[in-house]
Amino acid sequence: MINWANFISQCFNGLVLGALLALISSGLTIIYGTLGVLNLAHGAMFMLGGYAGWVAWSYSGSFLVAILAGSLFVMLVGLLTERLIIRYFYARPPEDQLLVTFGLGIVFVEAVRFFFGSLSKRLPPPDALVGITPLGFMMYPTYRLALLGIVAAALVLLYFVLYRTRIGMIVRAGIEDATMVSSLGINVYRIFMLVFGIGAMAAGFAGVVNAPVVAIAPDVGDAILVQTFVVVVIGGVGSFPGAVLGGLIAGEIISITSMFNPAYSYVMLFVAMTLVLVLRPHGLLGTASRE
Amino acid sequence: MSKFTLPQETTPPISRRDVLYRGAGIAGTALLGNFAGVQWAYAEDKSAIGTWPAGSQGDTVYIGAAVPLTGTYAAQGEDELKGWQLAVEHINTNHELMKKLAPKIDKGVLGKKVELLSADSAAKPNQGVQVQQTFINQKKIILMTGSTSSAVAVALNKFAQREKILYMPGISGSNDTTGKDCVRYGFRQGFYGEMAANAIGPILVKTFGKNRKAAFMTPDYTYGHTTTKSVEDYLTKNAGWTVVTNQVSPLGTQDFSQYLTNIMNSDAEFLINVNWGRDAVLSTQQAKQFGLIPKMTLVLPYQIPFIAKEAGPDLTAGVFAATDFWWTLEDKYPLAKMFVDAFRQKHGYRPEWGAENAYVSFAHWARMVTQAGSFYPPDVIRQFEKGETIPSLLGDVHYRPQDHQCVRPVVIVRGKAKKDMKNNEDFWEVVEIVPGDTVIQPPDAFGCKPGDYT
Repeated sequence: MINWANFISQCFNGLVLGALLALISSGLTIIYGTLGVLNLAHGAMFMLGGYAGWVAWSYSGSFLVAILAGSLFVMLVGLLTERLIIRYFYARPPEDQLLVTFGLGIVFVEAVRFFFGSLSKRLPPPDALVGITPLGFMMYPTYRLALLGIVAAALVLLYFVLYRTRIGMIVRAGIEDATMVSSLGINVYRIFMLVFGIGAMAAGFAGVVNAPVVAIAPDVGDAILVQTFVVVVIGGVGSFPGAVLGGLIAGEIISITSMFNPAYSYVMLFVAMTLVLVLRPHGLLGTASRE
Repeated sequence: MSKFTLPQETTPPISRRDVLYRGAGIAGTALLGNFAGVQWAYAEDKSAIGTWPAGSQGDTVYIGAAVPLTGTYAAQGEDELKGWQLAVEHINTNHELMKKLAPKIDKGVLGKKVELLSADSAAKPNQGVQVQQTFINQKKIILMTGSTSSAVAVALNKFAQREKILYMPGISGSNDTTGKDCVRYGFRQGFYGEMAANAIGPILVKTFGKNRKAAFMTPDYTYGHTTTKSVEDYLTKNAGWTVVTNQVSPLGTQDFSQYLTNIMNSDAEFLINVNWGRDAVLSTQQAKQFGLIPKMTLVLPYQIPFIAKEAGPDLTAGVFAATDFWWTLEDKYPLAKMFVDAFRQKHGYRPEWGAENAYVSFAHWARMVTQAGSFYPPDVIRQFEKGETIPSLLGDVHYRPQDHQCVRPVVIVRGKAKKDMKNNEDFWEVVEIVPGDTVIQPPDAFGCKPGDYT
């Protein structure tokens, strides 16, 4: 017997969860789509964003400063990582790329553990967003509502950059055919570095805005990484709209399944991914040429 | 033998050769007999087993700890490790406290220094077993420890029995560890789900009355399932409580919103959170964000070290929890005070129950080995199984021979409000110290069949 109040609540909850997954996944998917590198350090970058934000908040007490600091710091980490390490791996086999990004992830996590310890840190939401808001059908934490708005705004901004600017056009062209873009006289390497930076920034931004919800710890990115991979696979590799759609689907699956039996939430997520892989191997909005 | 009596006429003469043969035969039989006798005795008690005797032939004996240093239980794992390290240091230096718990230690055990090896288990059973296998191969460890997750404890139980190496889990809250998954080679000092339920249940009923409605949050593995069942059984059978929902989540969940949404849409009055480690911190904080707390009354049946520090006293104020140890017990128990002082001096904070459990486990092991006067595992096991009354930080305790569970007190604490805290670690007040024998189940209730000595 379905409790309809709970069903609506869970659908809404899935929306918030999905939006966050969409944001993190979009960073992962544009990096993979453009550079062809599957960034296994993406979860660690999400975590770095949270810590950078927390440090900034500890000094300034401002949530806005925390968001800026977290995003920019991780973008810087992304730019440096691409310039100093990833660039030397474009010509190497995919397994080398996986290993180097996986290794980077471990380095980031253990460095943070070394400096900050294993106890989790709290980054409180801004005072105006503390508390609970009645939505009629349910009471919902105000900050999570705001999070939905913040994440939606970030996604719109990312969409604008990718689809309404010249750089975005080059990036999208690079996703479709990097060789052609390069032969048109565009410095692909600079674009690659920028894309890696933007993708990392998306993860870092998500890490900060998610911190008040879950508290931050060195391995906060591990579980997220797995979920974002599922999202990318469902949505289609390299597809920004796919990442958004995949994120929302994943969020809804996790939330709605939990209504019937929470233990199966993640099982159902992987069932959905398997179905997509069988029926539409390049994902819902992906195309075969991108892989 | 040098002189022969002459044969009587009626008996045939014996040739010298015959005498030689018989003599050799007798001598040979005697020799063989002796030799066989030695062999027989050796096979009966002391043939090589596990890492014995190889592991205790040098100047140092090694203990292997597989402890979570990453993941959901990392903070608690680090704390346990500090407890074990302190215990080993105290064993090797004849510390006054260790002398009280294990009087026969003498700068080590049985003339050997003790050294602790540790590695990260990430609270994963396969990783825990791999770590111990490496320690066995490289250092021939004579004792294993670690767990924090009962999934690891159960795996290491089986591994201990197979490898014939003693195992004392650290924190392990599952009924199964000394229940259906018990082994001859495993001994648990700490409390667990059933003891926690029977200790905290009466206080909940006394404080909040009968026929109440509760929602459970349960981590999806042996600790969570058995602890939830024990608490649920107590409250439903003894006080007519009903369980309106039980939200089962995987270990390492970060966003609990979907589980909390289900609880929000139930008419629960109590939120009984069985989650542990960071899962407990996050689920409790998020329950507050969703307004479930303070609307519902939070209960922590199996207390989590550092939860008050991490989640803040606002969340734990007024909350009932069952635990192994809380540092303010130093006012009542002199040994507890010695422990808190020694730990605090070394690490700069007051120990929580993970460190206490770790320390006492090793002290009890050292006591048993030195009393038995042998590292031979069956001798140590039989020493434990005598069930003698021995000291702990909270008074006298004993190990049950049937399931190797330590019968020890369970401490009921209640969270203090920030304004009542006397120092920055004064998070809980001790409400009651419940004697172990009043809350422990009969030894055969959970199907313990410990298996063989050799």
